[in-house]
Amino acid sequence: MSTPTRTEQNLGADIAGGVGESPLRPDGTLKVTGEFAYSSDLWLTGMLWGATLRSPHPSARIRSIDITEAVRTDGVYAVLTHDDVPGDNLYGLEHADQPVLAGDVIRYQGEAVAIVAADHPETARRAVNKIVVDYEVHEPLTDPEQAVFDSTAPALHEGGNVLRHLPIRRGDPDATADVVVHGEYEVGMQDQAFLGPESGLAVPADDGGIDLYIATQWLHVDQKQLCRVLGMPANKVRLSLAGVGGAFGAREDLSMQAHACLLALQTGRPVKMMYSREESFFGHVHRHPAKMRYEHGATRDGKLVYVKAQIILDGGAYASSTPAVVANAATLGVGPYKVRNVSVDCYGVYTNNPPCGAMRGFGAVQAAFGYESQMDKLADALDMDPVEVRTRNALHEGATMPTGQVVDSAAPVEELLERVKAMPLPPEPNASDLDGYDLRLLPGGVSNTTHGEGVRRGVGYAIGIKNVCFSEGFDDYSTARVTLKVNGGDAVATVYTAAAEVGQGLVTVQQQIARTELGVEQVVIQPADTGVGSGGSTSASRQTYVTGGAVKAACEQVRARVLRQAAKHLDLPASQLRLHAGKIVSADEAVVAAVVDVLGGETITETVTWRHRPTHPLDENGQGNAHVQYAFAAHRAIVDVDVELGLVRVVQLDCAQDVGKAMNPDAVVGQIHGGSAQGLGLAVMEEIQVSGGMVRNPSFTDYLIPTILDMPPMQVDVLELADPNAPYGLRGVGEPPTISSTPAIVAAIRHATGADLTRVPVQPHHITGTP
Amino acid sequence: MTGKVTVTLKVNGRTFSADCEPRKTLADFLRQDLGFTGVHLGCEHGVCGACTISVDGSTARSCCMLAVQAEGTEVTTVEGLASDGNLHPLQEAFWKHHGLQCGFCTPGMLAAASELLEDNPDPTADEIREGISGNLCRCTGYQFIVDSVQDAAQHLRSTT
Repeated sequence: MSTPTRTEQNLGADIAGGVGESPLRPDGTLKVTGEFAYSSDLWLTGMLWGATLRSPHPSARIRSIDITEAVRTDGVYAVLTHDDVPGDNLYGLEHADQPVLAGDVIRYQGEAVAIVAADHPETARRAVNKIVVDYEVHEPLTDPEQAVFDSTAPALHEGGNVLRHLPIRRGDPDATADVVVHGEYEVGMQDQAFLGPESGLAVPADDGGIDLYIATQWLHVDQKQLCRVLGMPANKVRLSLAGVGGAFGAREDLSMQAHACLLALQTGRPVKMMYSREESFFGHVHRHPAKMRYEHGATRDGKLVYVKAQIILDGGAYASSTPAVVANAATLGVGPYKVRNVSVDCYGVYTNNPPCGAMRGFGAVQAAFGYESQMDKLADALDMDPVEVRTRNALHEGATMPTGQVVDSAAPVEELLERVKAMPLPPEPNASDLDGYDLRLLPGGVSNTTHGEGVRRGVGYAIGIKNVCFSEGFDDYSTARVTLKVNGGDAVATVYTAAAEVGQGLVTVQQQIARTELGVEQVVIQPADTGVGSGGSTSASRQTYVTGGAVKAACEQVRARVLRQAAKHLDLPASQLRLHAGKIVSADEAVVAAVVDVLGGETITETVTWRHRPTHPLDENGQGNAHVQYAFAAHRAIVDVDVELGLVRVVQLDCAQDVGKAMNPDAVVGQIHGGSAQGLGLAVMEEIQVSGGMVRNPSFTDYLIPTILDMPPMQVDVLELADPNAPYGLRGVGEPPTISSTPAIVAAIRHATGADLTRVPVQPHHITGTP
Repeated sequence: MTGKVTVTLKVNGRTFSADCEPRKTLADFLRQDLGFTGVHLGCEHGVCGACTISVDGSTARSCCMLAVQAEGTEVTTVEGLASDGNLHPLQEAFWKHHGLQCGFCTPGMLAAASELLEDNPDPTADEIREGISGNLCRCTGYQFIVDSVQDAAQHLRSTT
């Protein structure tokens, strides 16, 4: 390198596109031109296509499987059953309780029984249809309450049907109150309904191992499960993230990963698997349906005295992430309120319904519908404003949760509610004069079901709480490798992690962090794969926090090395140097060297495994510091309801959320919009209809998600109250807006109609009272 | 499997001819035989709109058309929207206004929005919502998509 000389000069502006700005996403060009390679776009010459045979029964025993005719089909290269799994025929996120291919017991409709590889996707599907399975069909166990309390119910797994019972006990169990409200609530089974169905490409490698290109949320947990199933060490099972078409929790569990690998290893050829939309409904876990009983006791002036709750979450046939869902629903079961006396019992159970696991806001979403419905009921009983009853009990920094954990950073519950309340209201249609009013804006829309008669407007409020990151003592970490070198005369940073970009914009945030920490403009995000340590899951609103924390820490180490190197050459103490916009700056604010000169031909690389502060398990009374951070969002919903037909139009949906630090303000608002829309879906339309353990609507024709006409414009207010424990003070963003959106909309419908709505999604007959 | 037929059509201004099964969908034909993987398949039953393309100037669900039905047509996919290496104003706007997250719906959204702006160069927000209401997005909550289309419309008006 050249000898650095001390030059007096203007330091210049910060590098653009750092933390707190909204630079454009690096994958944006590829995504708008159609060049971004989603997992479904992967293609190799000579590859085979995989297809899956699934059980048509929710509960059965397999007597025999005859693959003779399937194997004989022209173009078929492999037909595999449970006998062909080389390792353990079990997988699962927390408990390995789910067969890769069922060989004995069938526990849900859609359970995989056999897989086929063929040279044409249609050949593979036809061969699947030629497999003959002799089932002994059983009566399915579909009632989660029966699964908990009926000792005569058949045990679906060793150890019984209660996967987890978590009690939370705090204060006086016999506390009494002036005013008591009871409620029973139900949440239907919601689907993540990402737009890009499950797909991936498994490629057998020369070393006998496998390379899997896959759309997933957590490469390393997939790898861990695959190693067990394939009986191979981690260095033989390599995963690369393929383009992900949305996730929302549904890609946290394995779907076709093991199947594609088994077929590729068996045939020695690349195997692609791609689910149809229908198969996707059977191929991933859903949001847990919930049955909840709540009792709230309060003083006459609206102060909560006690909350008692029983929450039953239907985990379906296999464990997936049910234990963590139970923990969230139980520990957050009374919501963002101060309650001295709490008794919550939350159960996660096995049934023969479809397996349930992660979906945005898990556990917290279900509980919020219960506790917020109760807060409205309490407001009614006290003849009090619904916002008033909430703010009187609002959690705040320094308050104690029902677990005994003290909230040790901002908890602006009252402020968030006040802010949504203060936002401007939309104009009300004048029912007596609808001339000129666009009838398409009324409930029923283009169906022209009303000209305004029978339409009532309602306003509803809700607030939710969510834990950010993994809880209960889980070793939650992420790994980042950051490299800095000179390329083409400029300093270029490269960030390499295994953290999954699923659309949320993690790649943008990683670039921003590196720009801010290293003062370089050019930051390359390397494709995510298992060649570097785990990034942990893209879930629990944790990636910006944890992988962001890892990238920041790795950048800090790289920066320290650059400064040490500069100090050596300049003969100055490193402690007196800092890095600013590609320059080394001394304590007296003089530019003493350029980073490119300090680096010369050298490459500086640092790899850091970063952890958030530890959390702790809960004791037998559900007490303990289980969570690392809490996040809050409040919604106000305005609805028009045709009370004669039970049709709802959400007119406006407003949100205020504290994000600690808006790392990328535009992306934050995008998360709030999208999360709120999914909450709207749960409020008024989205449900997987399951009866007798059978999914009745596995299509987008029958499973409805909000269209652009269902989702109204939003006013969004973002607070930035820093959490001193988190990188940059940030707070996880993705999940909170999904939590309070649903109960706010239902509250607005109640306000408009007076109907006692106890189940989501709200259907027209709930409003009209007709059967 | 039955015999194959030859389908000849123009995609993004270039003529292609390939053999395919008569029952193959246009979407599969474009993706698998011609390599236009920007045509996305979200549901394969005509609801989500991710596979929306332009066929002879009108939008169509390529998952609900057979390749043989496209014989002799002029097709535009998302890959044909940019010209001379420059992004179309709609593409620029979707990128700039965060009109996408996972991006899976984007090609179909762009096709629908492109047709809308040809018919109505100065749409209101409500008209934009109606114009692209046949396309689902699961990530964005749609607001930034409306903003994107509005911005692109303004840009297109100012340059033509």
